[in-house]
Amino acid sequence: MATFIPPPSKRQRIAVADKAREQQDIESIPDHLGSIRVQFYDQATGKSSGAPVSIPVADATVKNLELLLNTLQRNDTSERIPYRFSYRSETSGSNLNNTLDISHDLYHSLLKSGLKTTEDSISLQYTPQAVFRVRAVSRCASSIPGHGEAILATSFSPSSSSRLVTGSGDNTARVFDCDTGTPMHTLKDHTSWVLVVSWSPDDSTIATGSMDNTIRLWDPETGKTLGTALKGHTKWVNGLAWEPYHLQTQGRARLASSSKDATVRIWDVVSKRIESVLSGHKGSVSCVRWGGTGRIYTSSQDKTVKVWDASKGTLIHTLSSHAHWVNHLALSTDFVLRTAYHDHTADIPPTEEGKIAKAKERFEKAATIDNQVVERLVTASDDFTIYLWDPSTSTKPLARLMGHQKQVNHVTFSPDGLYIASAGFDNHVKLWNARDGKFITTLRGHVGAVYMTCFSPDSRLLVSGSKDCTLKVWDVRTGKLKEDLPGHKDEVYAVDWSPDGGKVASGGKDKAVRIWRH
Amino acid sequence: MPQNEYIERFQKQHGRRLDYEERTRKRTARESHRVSKDSQHLTGLRAKLYQKKRHHEKIQMKKQIRQKEESNVKSSGPAEPSSTPLPQYLLDRSQPTNAKALSSAIKNKRNEKAAKFSVPLPKVKGISEEEMFKVVKTGKKTAKKGWKRMITKPTFVGPDFTRRPVKYERFIRPMGLRYKKAHVTHPQLKVTVQLPIISVKKNPQNPMYTQLGVLTKGTIIEVNVSELGMVTAGGKVVWGRWAQVTNNPEMDGCLNAVLLV
Repeated sequence: MATFIPPPSKRQRIAVADKAREQQDIESIPDHLGSIRVQFYDQATGKSSGAPVSIPVADATVKNLELLLNTLQRNDTSERIPYRFSYRSETSGSNLNNTLDISHDLYHSLLKSGLKTTEDSISLQYTPQAVFRVRAVSRCASSIPGHGEAILATSFSPSSSSRLVTGSGDNTARVFDCDTGTPMHTLKDHTSWVLVVSWSPDDSTIATGSMDNTIRLWDPETGKTLGTALKGHTKWVNGLAWEPYHLQTQGRARLASSSKDATVRIWDVVSKRIESVLSGHKGSVSCVRWGGTGRIYTSSQDKTVKVWDASKGTLIHTLSSHAHWVNHLALSTDFVLRTAYHDHTADIPPTEEGKIAKAKERFEKAATIDNQVVERLVTASDDFTIYLWDPSTSTKPLARLMGHQKQVNHVTFSPDGLYIASAGFDNHVKLWNARDGKFITTLRGHVGAVYMTCFSPDSRLLVSGSKDCTLKVWDVRTGKLKEDLPGHKDEVYAVDWSPDGGKVASGGKDKAVRIWRH
Repeated sequence: MPQNEYIERFQKQHGRRLDYEERTRKRTARESHRVSKDSQHLTGLRAKLYQKKRHHEKIQMKKQIRQKEESNVKSSGPAEPSSTPLPQYLLDRSQPTNAKALSSAIKNKRNEKAAKFSVPLPKVKGISEEEMFKVVKTGKKTAKKGWKRMITKPTFVGPDFTRRPVKYERFIRPMGLRYKKAHVTHPQLKVTVQLPIISVKKNPQNPMYTQLGVLTKGTIIEVNVSELGMVTAGGKVVWGRWAQVTNNPEMDGCLNAVLLV
């Protein structure tokens, strides 16, 4: 009587097949191809890292290239920087065409498809990636009740993930301590829904914009209101944008607010006065952004995007290509402008000059492409398309991003400025290359309209909140679903990833603020 | 019985008593005293009738007071465009009256334990077996035994149903009385949509009718609501939801139902 081992279960079979496939991929670089000459260029400055290097094709994986480049750059072994490599063909003069990411190794990306042969010399661009890695949030750390109505906006403090502010339909905003999951302050002076909340980049003030046409300023530490309401708008406030920290005259921060009444107002936060009114739009101004080069970008339901000079309060450009309402706009430097001098190292310069210098340095690092400070702009519209602009050089769009099948509600740049994520009412999130606007992938999984997306600070993950009551965390590089986070009992209206990457906060129609963490 | 409007006529001709205003003022002033005395001293049927009348009066009074109070409050700020708070990116959009309200209503309702088993039509009229079934007497063998029945009411027959051999077929469900779709009304949104039936969950008349898929008034059916785009808390699309038949389909020739909330 022989004993038979039972046949492997389906799960075991799938695991074996997966493993086999992976190993197949790794091994399948033929080793008879010899070597290839590679020249590295910095993507931001365009400078080469030295003479071309000859690399055996069999070993030319991204890991090994990273190691090589770190050695070429003479980086200390203790602080190796991960790099992302992309190939740009020299044949076309424009720098917008033919950029190709090296996903795993040179052979599969370039040689196998016949783009290049081993005879050629290859020039690769490298971009440093975040040295820290954010882990995907996977569980609900706390669900905090307290708001009496739906939560309409949420924002983490730029300095840490332990402070959060939410605006709600019960006419209050609340400040939470996320470490303990408890409410700290209730900010109640508004007489109608709080539609937008925004922390100042130096973490000292919270601004809230409301349905009652006013903006109020609050001290996040004490929860007290700072002076009276900023009155002036005749309709509700749609968006708020703080002046970037490195542009502020010391102690006189300014704030731009966009409103349904078709104007944008710039407020002096200290004297609570209107500094200038930017009128020119013919419809509700849906979104406002204050760029790091002293320009204000506004998008409106009159189908146009306008660029204003913040110091003079004059119109510079009108960007009109959209065929319907412009819903949202994002800057490639949004993340650094929001966090100013706060970065992952958590060392804050002691002096005011140091802070400004650091904020300026971070901004310039994020905005520099080919040795120029370039602030890219991306706008999402009801005409199902997204436009990518470079307003400093041209009033014509760089690219038209088509693919959504319904209105596009929200766009974001990744903090490193390499990806654009767009969320639409067609239940999909789409990823685009931020350099040339090329389509990368569609993130499918939501069964309701996606209202909002947010990148993790290291740009490797993306979280999206949807009408279908869930949050989903996506891996940006592979385009796969990383975590599905059910838990909300109703639509998720607002989601935010903390600037230090530790937590995700979300709020929606079910009146509870949820904090998610690894 | 008064003949003609003689009182009005007299008043037009001669006017009222000179102290009429004074008397009515005094009577209304004493009215509350009279009411108080009545409520304390009436007994028996009169007391019952009086209490009932007074109860209704008080309800009306309370309502009026509440209305008055609401109108007195000064509303500051502009009126909100919708009753439920919405984020700014949804404010100018016409919200499609979708089935979303339904699913949240269901959630709220589930919290009330008593409401768990309540349905819109709690009671139905009984249907006798004689009315439900017709004895089939055609054919040689059948006529002799008389065990074959034809169902005289509308039925739902699943898509995978195949008839049994005639010899063994005890119940016949006529093709002409089979229904695949129902007009389902959403009770809150007051929207009616035609939805495919998935199954018959419960016929209140008889468990056997449930098995046979008989559709009578009060029957609980499961309908396919995937088109409505409702989602569960886990972010999955809701597929089947229960509804109760509200009409007599055999009389109307169509099937109306109301979604259970």
